Amino acid sequence: MVLSANDKSNVKSVFGKIGGQADAYGAEALERMFATYPQTKTYFPHFDLAKGSAQVKGHGKKVAAALVEAANNIDDIAGALSKLSDLHAQKLRVDPVNFKLLGQCFLVVVAIHNPSVLTPEVHASLDKFLCAVGTVLTAKYR
Amino acid sequence: MVHWSAEEKQLIASVWGKVSVEECGAEALARLLIVYPWTQRFFSNFGNLSSPTAIRGNPMVRAHGKKVLTSFGEAVKNLDNIKGTYSKLSELHCEKLHVDPENFRLLGDILIIVLASHFGKDFTPACQFAWQKLVGVVAHALARNYH
Repeated sequence: MVLSANDKSNVKSVFGKIGGQADAYGAEALERMFATYPQTKTYFPHFDLAKGSAQVKGHGKKVAAALVEAANNIDDIAGALSKLSDLHAQKLRVDPVNFKLLGQCFLVVVAIHNPSVLTPEVHASLDKFLCAVGTVLTAKYR
Repeated sequence: MVHWSAEEKQLIASVWGKVSVEECGAEALARLLIVYPWTQRFFSNFGNLSSPTAIRGNPMVRAHGKKVLTSFGEAVKNLDNIKGTYSKLSELHCEKLHVDPENFRLLGDILIIVLASHFGKDFTPACQFAWQKLVGVVAHALARNYH
């Protein structure tokens, strides 16, 4: 799946509007993912996953930073996330199906806090972008 | 049989009570056709689906969205027998409509996002869990009689 010029512009615009809230969105997306899809907690046995957890907040910040980085380098997401892709392939080995689950939760968070931003067209672009990020992060798995 | 906790039942009923079936149904179906354009393959007789604007304004999309979400309401009313509720519809989707069950999952995910955008923070993580579970159960029930 290829990101059109429109898609890229929509994604940049979303992240522009999200601005400094990206960290909070990342944390909330994780919180929702753990709540909605309990099997995803199996990747974080070393975390305190209780509501408000500092570890989840911290990890949400990392996830958000990666998404922002990808959006800022949207013409070369593979390049921008190459090190993260290595990390996921060699060390983390999160099953590919889980990226879709986190993507769904990120969309839910955007929908909750910015319903007017998430028009169907923008929804489509953001969904494509999140899929592309997941594809890059699992590209070196085998 | 699926087990629903009292809390899950309450969260589902509470959200459903505030949903405009016509509006949410239309929006969910339109979004499905826009976000996952390959789903348009089932609606070649719906007229103009050539752009997001056309899809959103298409009266057949609105009407069918309302029909689909109305049917979803049957699941909400019969949480303890969703399998039975959709038995005939499952056969229909297999034998007459030839719909890949993956599409039920796609529509379920879209419905969650429509609910989130309407309810904002009231669509708590617990709410999302209950509803994501419900759409999964509905998708499973609709696929159950495929052969």
